[in-house]
Amino acid sequence: MSGRDRVYFVLCLLLIIGVGIFQSWNVALTMINFALISAILSLGLNIQWGFGGLFNVGIMGFVALGGLAVVVVSAPPVEEAWRAGGWRVLSALFVAVLAIGGSLFVWKRWRPKKYGAVSLVVFLTMAFVLYRFLFDPAVLAIEKVNPALSGFLGGFNLPVLLAWPVGGLLAAAAAMMIGHIALGLRSDYLAIATLAIAEVLVAILKHEEWLTRGVKNVTGLPRPVPYEVDLQQSIWFQEWASQLGIDGIEASSLTVKLCYMVLLIIVLALIFTLCQRALNSPWGRMMRAIRDNERAASVMGKDVKRRHLQIFVLGSAVFGIAGAMMTTLDGQFIPSSYQPLRFTFLIWIMVIVGGSGNNWGAVLGGLLIWFLWIQVEPIGLATIDFLTKPLHPTSPLRVHLIDSAAHMRYVMMGLFLLLVLRFRPQGLIPER
Amino acid sequence: MNLLTATNLSGGYGEVDILHNLSLTVERGKIAVIVGPNGAGKSTVMRALLGLIELRSGQIIFEGQDITQKFPQERVILGISMVPQTRNIFVTLTVEENLEIGAYLHDEPISVAMEEVFSLFPILAKRRNQMAGQLSGGQRQQLALARALMMSPKLLLLDEPTAGLSPVVIDEVMERIKQIVAAGVAVVMVEQNAHKALEIADIGYVLVQGRNRFTGTGSELLSDPDVRVSFLGG
Amino acid sequence: MLDAAIVLANFVVIPALSYGSLLALGALGVTLVYAVLRFANFAHGDTMSVATMMAIYCTWWLQSLGIDFIRPLPTALLAIPFAALGTVGLLLVIDRLVYRHYRQAKAPPITLVIVSVGVMLILHGLSRMIIGVDEQRFFDGGRFIVSAGEFKEWSGLKEGLAIKSTQVIAIVSAVTLMAYLFYFLQRTRTGKAMRAFADNEELALLSGIRPQKIVTSCWILVAVLAAVSGTVYGLDKVYKPFTYFQLLLPIFAAAVVGGMGSPVGAILGGYLIAFSEIGLTYAFKRVAGHLLPPSWVPDGLLQLISTDYKFAVSFTILVAVLLLRPTGLFRGQAS
Repeated sequence: MSGRDRVYFVLCLLLIIGVGIFQSWNVALTMINFALISAILSLGLNIQWGFGGLFNVGIMGFVALGGLAVVVVSAPPVEEAWRAGGWRVLSALFVAVLAIGGSLFVWKRWRPKKYGAVSLVVFLTMAFVLYRFLFDPAVLAIEKVNPALSGFLGGFNLPVLLAWPVGGLLAAAAAMMIGHIALGLRSDYLAIATLAIAEVLVAILKHEEWLTRGVKNVTGLPRPVPYEVDLQQSIWFQEWASQLGIDGIEASSLTVKLCYMVLLIIVLALIFTLCQRALNSPWGRMMRAIRDNERAASVMGKDVKRRHLQIFVLGSAVFGIAGAMMTTLDGQFIPSSYQPLRFTFLIWIMVIVGGSGNNWGAVLGGLLIWFLWIQVEPIGLATIDFLTKPLHPTSPLRVHLIDSAAHMRYVMMGLFLLLVLRFRPQGLIPER
Repeated sequence: MNLLTATNLSGGYGEVDILHNLSLTVERGKIAVIVGPNGAGKSTVMRALLGLIELRSGQIIFEGQDITQKFPQERVILGISMVPQTRNIFVTLTVEENLEIGAYLHDEPISVAMEEVFSLFPILAKRRNQMAGQLSGGQRQQLALARALMMSPKLLLLDEPTAGLSPVVIDEVMERIKQIVAAGVAVVMVEQNAHKALEIADIGYVLVQGRNRFTGTGSELLSDPDVRVSFLGG
Repeated sequence: MLDAAIVLANFVVIPALSYGSLLALGALGVTLVYAVLRFANFAHGDTMSVATMMAIYCTWWLQSLGIDFIRPLPTALLAIPFAALGTVGLLLVIDRLVYRHYRQAKAPPITLVIVSVGVMLILHGLSRMIIGVDEQRFFDGGRFIVSAGEFKEWSGLKEGLAIKSTQVIAIVSAVTLMAYLFYFLQRTRTGKAMRAFADNEELALLSGIRPQKIVTSCWILVAVLAAVSGTVYGLDKVYKPFTYFQLLLPIFAAAVVGGMGSPVGAILGGYLIAFSEIGLTYAFKRVAGHLLPPSWVPDGLLQLISTDYKFAVSFTILVAVLLLRPTGLFRGQAS
């Protein structure tokens, strides 16, 4: 890290301290926590784009899978729902996997010539009917079980921290499948394909209520850190808070956030160290060689597709981990909150502004862009408020402008992206 | 008087020069042939003459006018046309549309020019409504020549017009080129088939690493023992 | 039997035709940029959004002037030319300020894709800021050309056929625009030059075609396509910035399925996507009810895929086509 890079990070820190002083430490800590997760997401994308030059615009899908992992791992199981149709759903899914896997296998192995396609279609149609026969009643039964509170299968009631690696594994498994089929595509086609796949993944999470409660959301997910209420009621905490001279409620909320922060920093540090070592290893150099000249690398005997699959899976695993962390931090899983602007394109801006190909740059981009994403709104509001002071408070123009300030963040993000691409295409901290 | 005089051209792509103090001339209605080993900068000369690469030094005079600083389009209007070696036709356009695009800069009606070109390449007239991508290799090459002729150029730059063609077709294409020259168009041609090309050349240039090595009439070069041994395979 | 056909027409064929027409226009916009400027334009959905926004303001302005001589047609049709003009200006300014730099620097296509994401964000934010995130309805005029009740009375059938005027507007305007576009590409000098430029850029330069002119005419076409498809979509459904951002994916799907860079493919792709989205998620029970004896009609809805997955259908087709035939079903640009 050069001197100037340090200045960037110190600046980031000052910005956040500024929020703590001028707004509140609660806001500042929430922001830090999400900024840390953003930094992890940004590292994941840096693996794919910075190291390997893969144009993945499906980040959202892997983040959502990470969120799903939290539900599956930590939510308490709904016994009644399992009795109502749990096994039937599982067997339906088993049939589906078997049918698809089986037909792919047969198709690849023997590639039946005569009537091959026809019999495949007939086979798949029969499998589809069987699947719907097993699936539909089971789903109805599950969703009928106490729909206001559950109506889904629930999870395994395991410690929520376990969901973080599981989220990574789930995303990695999905990436393995997606990568197998999509990575041969040209860069802009890969972009469109990943965008579409992520959209399909989120659509599934949004509508398969037996799994995720869909738009009814899963709330009250367990936490890896203490609850505010428990803290407030414990005597040692009250004493400690009064010694520090902070209000008990405020103190409890700050403590919880600090606990999360420590966890997040540990994970970030771990992933960052791994990324840094990978980047500077022979493997990392080979990846960059492939990125810079795919054809030459494949002539030199490098298995480009395999390498691409590797980084696609690794990067996606990081997205899954970050997604699980984010859902844990929220304490709830809201499928409809996954939107590409927020979970895919914003991450891209982080990596490009920070500096693709450089892990420090990715982390800086994650922290800085998250700060701006949150703060553009109040800053814009304050600016507009100041500029339109001369107008009457109920003047339609003033009201409209103040209303619109909330949406300024998109314009600002787009502008940042375009300005950096134009005048500093290598990012704030360039690749070394 | 020379139609085109290029003197002491130096330049290339980016930092590295490919041409070094290279000079060549061609007279009206004559054919100049550039031969030389791979990497001698033959194609680069063509691109330099049309203004597709930046020259560091040197001067190009066309019809007494200094065109060194002119854009490619301006040179096309002045009467310089080029046929690249590959991708030299529009495969998704019909034969006729290819010719229309060839005459894109012409303001007046182009039917006359098109009839002239069709009389030179009768096969194209027959296939005027076919997609150019469906033509055979030799027909494609004819179409490429025809497209370049639509502007009624004074100078035609041909980059390896016979590359990848069968010997029979090569003879046919060479024959067409002779006809074009006979009609008064000057030609600068880069060729791998050095023998065949020098046979029809009024003047020949042997290039090595972007420099003039030998210059002379076609028959002089063909009989020069040094040229024969080094470049014509004995 | 006839009743079944009417149900099918009413709920599948006509909606799919009008939706498909608009997707086709959108896909044409994407495919033209891909053919001429050689990148997948992520900003197209939001370009449509901004164009529609202009049309909406223009409609309100015309309405406030009391201009309604085209009743029963909606006033918005009068606003489209203004919106198209505004969009042309917008796209040309964006090209000058943003894209031209990368074109001259011969940046790789992927850079342009990322740049278009930036443009997308700005346009998206602008439409949210100016008109707000809420739904806007700006339709006036007659709702139906044929209403279900009238049709039943006239034909004596049990099922009614309802044709919304906006559906007809969508189909007619799309067909007109497509016809003009093909006339332009096949018959005019600039259109042929544009095809030549898309086919082989360097040879086009050697023929004296000025890239800037081609690029400008391309943006003009794209702007008109965006203004018409966006406004008519808003008339038929509803205008909301986020919906238009989401339209990007079915539009991409249509363009890719047809083969990026191929105008004919874009049109076929648009209809293919629309028919599969609507056909696969339509419950065919009512059709079966008219075709089969009552005892044969199954209990289920006879719906292949739940309506929840309407959007997912197009993406799945998109992904499948990308994997099996990346050049598109109808063979796109080879280059």
